[in-house]
Amino acid sequence: MPTFLDSIRTALALIASGDPDLVEIVLLSLRVSLTAVVAAAAIGVPLGAALAVFRFPGRGALVVLVNALMGLPPVVVGLVVYLSLSASGPLGVLGLLYTPAAMIIAQTILVAPIIAALTRAALAEMLTEYDETLRALGANRIDTLGTLLWDARFALVTALLAGLGRALAEVGAVMLVGGNIDHVTRVMTTAIALETSRGALPLALGLGFVLLMLTLVLNAAVLGLRARLEGPAHA
Amino acid sequence: MRDRTPRVIPFPASPAPAADARILFRDLALTRDGTRVIDGLTMALCPTGISAVMGPNGAGKSVLLRIAAGLVAPDAGRVILPLPMRGRVGIVFQSPVLLRRTLRGNLTHALKLARVPRADRARRLDELIALGSLLPLAERPARRLSGGEAQRLAIVRALAANPALLLLDEPTAHLDPASTQGVEALVQRIARAGTKVVIVSHDPGQIARLAVEVAFLHHGRACEVTPMPGFLSAPASAEARAYLKGTILL
Repeated sequence: MPTFLDSIRTALALIASGDPDLVEIVLLSLRVSLTAVVAAAAIGVPLGAALAVFRFPGRGALVVLVNALMGLPPVVVGLVVYLSLSASGPLGVLGLLYTPAAMIIAQTILVAPIIAALTRAALAEMLTEYDETLRALGANRIDTLGTLLWDARFALVTALLAGLGRALAEVGAVMLVGGNIDHVTRVMTTAIALETSRGALPLALGLGFVLLMLTLVLNAAVLGLRARLEGPAHA
Repeated sequence: MRDRTPRVIPFPASPAPAADARILFRDLALTRDGTRVIDGLTMALCPTGISAVMGPNGAGKSVLLRIAAGLVAPDAGRVILPLPMRGRVGIVFQSPVLLRRTLRGNLTHALKLARVPRADRARRLDELIALGSLLPLAERPARRLSGGEAQRLAIVRALAANPALLLLDEPTAHLDPASTQGVEALVQRIARAGTKVVIVSHDPGQIARLAVEVAFLHHGRACEVTPMPGFLSAPASAEARAYLKGTILL
């Protein structure tokens, strides 16, 4: 059994050498999670924006539901998607179980409420500030929606990042619906879990480093972009 | 910065209302949180030039402007505007909310919201920037502007829809004398171009410099509407006399 320091050295060597297995796993993780975030944004942003701007019966209950869904247990989502996509399930005919598509579906279900809730919160707060001014300028509700989406763009990027963070870090659901099949559905988190259980710490640690670095780089990029485009007094 | 008078009339002058077509506030009433904010307010304002609305805090001045702008519905009564002003009312709040965009972005968006045809927007934009003497600041994020610059932007932004009646709620309340002078010069240019202006102010000096008449409000009622300069020297109501002496605070 290698020592902890040996494992770290080997992990860094794997990253530095561009180990093909590690690269494949990282790229698949990014493909699955980024696709899921795009799909979740397509659902979550309009839903969150509508909840912030429009008043309709049942809106309050929907807000509570969306907020509650932020805490969805991934294994439960995985189980539901698994049952839906299994051969005897309603969507079994699609043959998606144990494919990246199934993982994307599961992650989309997990991430969409996060993006919707954060979008609603950001836009609702801005609406409090903007509402009277926009009405005075002749804006209707659709105009207001468009104005808020543009002016809250940095908050929305933060919401997308939060969603991406959740997707990249998620393990339970993708393990259930993806099956952690080597070269097919093995992503960073499931690989880390597997390699750790097998005692192959260097690959697990290497993937862990990459996961941390991705999170750091993404957050730094957004902060940098925000500082560059917006400036401290433009918030 | 110093104000520069633009060389062109920056927006279409409004057709002058008939001299007898006054702005009427009739039996207005509004209760909020159990308090009678506007209490049977009735008055008539001159349809041209600059009218001032004065009164202690809580007199109902800001709410009155919001009612006139159609942002707040009164419980009773109505505001009757001369025909050329109907549907053409702009308002600027005491603390203007500027969008998280550049100065130019704020005006462009206001023109879009005002449904100004795309082909006319660039010209109107240049006119509004020139009117507010804001050209050097056009690309600056609006929220980095000084108080006076921000207020001038808010005022010209309210002109995007080419209002015939412009309501200003204490536009110089937080400004230093130089910035106040810039805003007052802008307001005078707007009034000279034919837009009726109603301005809420606590400043007798400002009222003396700008207004043709003063409406004095107290406890949600209009105590008097008196032409200038008579209001400052000999107000008709006891409330206005007490206010100007500083003995009425609320």
